[in-house]
Amino acid sequence: MIYWQIFLAFFIPGILGYGGGPASIPLVENEVVDRFGWMNVNEFSEVLAMGNALPGPIATKMAGYIGFEQGGVLGAIVGVFATVAPSLILMVVLLGILYKFKDSPKVKRMTLFIRPTIAVLLGVMAYEFFKSSYEGAGLLQTAFLIVASYLLLERFKVHPAFVIMGALGYGAVFLGGII
Amino acid sequence: MESRKEALEPTIKNRSPKLSLPQKQGQLFWAFFKVGMLGYGGGPSSIPLVHKEVVENYKWMNDDEFGDTLALANTLPGPIATKMAGYIGYKVGGITGLINAVAATIIPTIFLMVILLTSLSTFKDQQWVAGMAQAVVPVVGVMLAVLTWQFFSKAKGGLGWTGSIILVLASIMAIEFLGIHPGVVIFVLLVAAFIKKDKEAGNEKSGETS
Repeated sequence: MIYWQIFLAFFIPGILGYGGGPASIPLVENEVVDRFGWMNVNEFSEVLAMGNALPGPIATKMAGYIGFEQGGVLGAIVGVFATVAPSLILMVVLLGILYKFKDSPKVKRMTLFIRPTIAVLLGVMAYEFFKSSYEGAGLLQTAFLIVASYLLLERFKVHPAFVIMGALGYGAVFLGGII
Repeated sequence: MESRKEALEPTIKNRSPKLSLPQKQGQLFWAFFKVGMLGYGGGPSSIPLVHKEVVENYKWMNDDEFGDTLALANTLPGPIATKMAGYIGYKVGGITGLINAVAATIIPTIFLMVILLTSLSTFKDQQWVAGMAQAVVPVVGVMLAVLTWQFFSKAKGGLGWTGSIILVLASIMAIEFLGIHPGVVIFVLLVAAFIKKDKEAGNEKSGETS
């Protein structure tokens, strides 16, 4: 049952991703690539690249697109619903109880405790992306793209959408066999 | 719940006395549509935009209420932006407002995403498209590496070097070498954080959780 799988693939990251959408990216990757095998690391990185190039929340964009890929419009709705609904419903329903915990040190500690794990998951993903690029495009191109995009993003504060557009253009010309 | 709604009512009435329901929903949609289309870098980075629309522009909440809502959203897992949109939409316009605000935040960008990616994959066999896809991989790698560092340095700020490194090593052990599902690791950490006694809290704000 594909819709149930889509629901699970996005429900788990949604319910465990403390600290907002970006924290759930590696959890989505774990479900979509490792568990259900809907896409490989490269395809996932394309989705993530597009997600980073476009505005709006990351997690719902990924859920919407991957859900659509696997199960059409209904799949997209299921994916987005699984991402958004559980925590939103809890927030509206448990208002009174949550209000008591709002300033509790426990809440801050929960976000804090999982940060190192999320960092590890993100680091592993970054490593997988670099490895896959090294195997596909070779050491020189990979190193160039890493250094160039790092400088543009972090040193010159170029908008991520432009950096990704630049990479797409560079790839079409220099990796796509036009030259 | 009732008292909260009443507390909110005057602010809306003050601003525009004869605001009909469709107008209110229209404002909700427009406010969160802007948040969705202008917020780059995922949900958390769009929080200032939500603040601008909700507090400064439409005055649905004051600063304190907004801060409370944000703190409330942080007590629960999942995307931040949609929780904020849903909750504020619910306060302003009931269940319809909730659905309206969430839809306005996420649907436009999901549409763009599906259109761009499906048109890209129709040309997948073209060599230049393959080149584009390949060049983007290391760039996303860099973005993830930066995000990795941000998460680690925030952890370091709260847990210190030793605590962070122990948790990093333990996570690598559990996930990469023992093959434990990351969800399980995170769940265990959340439980540990929740049941841990509030030592420091006793000195600063005594009796807060008791």
